[in-house]
Amino acid sequence: MSPISHGFHRRHTVPDGAADRVPPGQYLTDGFPVLSAGPTPHTPLAEWTFSVRRGPLTLKSWTWQEFQELPAETVTVDIHCVTRWSKLDTEWRGVSVDTLLDQVEHDAGYVMAFSDGGYTTDLPLADVTGGKARVAFSYGDAPLKPEHGGPARLLVPHLYFWKSAKWVRGLELMDEDKPGFWETYGYNMYGDPWKEQRYQGD
Amino acid sequence: MEGTAVPGRLTWQVATVTAVTQETPSVRTIGLGVPSWPGHRAGQHLDVRLTAEDGYSAERSYSIASAAGEPVAITVERLADGEVSPYLTEDLQVGDQLEIRGPVGGYFVWETADGGPLLLVGGGSGIVPLRAILRQREHSGSDVPVKLLYSARALSELIYRDELDGYHYGVEITYTLTREQPAGWTGYARRVDRALLAEIAWPAGKDPLAYVCGPTNFVETVAGALVALGYEPGRVKTERFGGTGGR
Repeated sequence: MSPISHGFHRRHTVPDGAADRVPPGQYLTDGFPVLSAGPTPHTPLAEWTFSVRRGPLTLKSWTWQEFQELPAETVTVDIHCVTRWSKLDTEWRGVSVDTLLDQVEHDAGYVMAFSDGGYTTDLPLADVTGGKARVAFSYGDAPLKPEHGGPARLLVPHLYFWKSAKWVRGLELMDEDKPGFWETYGYNMYGDPWKEQRYQGD
Repeated sequence: MEGTAVPGRLTWQVATVTAVTQETPSVRTIGLGVPSWPGHRAGQHLDVRLTAEDGYSAERSYSIASAAGEPVAITVERLADGEVSPYLTEDLQVGDQLEIRGPVGGYFVWETADGGPLLLVGGGSGIVPLRAILRQREHSGSDVPVKLLYSARALSELIYRDELDGYHYGVEITYTLTREQPAGWTGYARRVDRALLAEIAWPAGKDPLAYVCGPTNFVETVAGALVALGYEPGRVKTERFGGTGGR
């Protein structure tokens, strides 16, 4: 039984019709907060590549130019950060992860997204395929800003936003799941916001 | 969310407020008695859950203000449009109970073995986890040299001022007040930027370990400047807040 805090009341209201879009424990924000563990990397586009790897092998790699020539799509999605803010109707443009993985042959069950600056996060393959994930390079009408993960970040909106790795540079295909950066520090391996899977064991 | 304890699982537990210290007009430190706290490291945070009479509940994360081995304490800044922080900073009293779970986070932490030299850069209430690091160093008898750069808008908004001024051996503190300065102020009166860091931070050649905490723009500027000054990016740890309009 939770102790009652007398005098504490709800102050944040959810707009009409949005209640079923806000996962438990989240509140809506109009801003776009930034959270990251280290300095923002600034990789020149001329040096940028996106790679699909398996162990020591690079199965496929695209330069920025080649990446821009892949079919892109614009999506409007709701995003949910483990620090409890959610933001509705965010608009992104990017390349579907299906488009990328369709170009390699594999039977992996999991991927590890890896980023400039050393960030990693693990995801089941089923959560980055089937139209569920993109590598996004635009937010709104503008190129994605570095502090929000530009030039490109993973966008996996159905999981907590730390799974949408900023500054993403590729996916490593894995047979078995293993923890990425925040997962090593006690955050949940899967991160479903609707089940409030914030930390290990949730 | 509550249920059978799973190994490694962070369970909610009832904490009792043991002390309330007004740090500034809008900031309070809240001491918490927690019967079975697993212990924490300097720099970690915890989750607070408040439950209203009508059953509504809200959770927020706060940096732990105390060193490892010390009783749990959080320092909370009142945010005008916040939901939880106004209650914690204005209504909560000694003896009240609330729920917490933690500790959370394991990257923005400092343990004695991590060494230094340490550069701590805090903006506003970003000083909180840095204070835990300073206390950790003090409690463990570490002689790691520390430089702390603390930026606030005004003298009245400096948190832990007396405590910070009590550090002497191996701790060098620089204040900068960005909006208003009292008569006779001898500290800096400017925003933290690369030039200021070049002036007062450890040179990169000393292989410093940096912890930067504050509002997003502050952290973005400081971390970027440190890397430009030659700091190893992997030794610049950041924690950002702000812009959420909701804590």
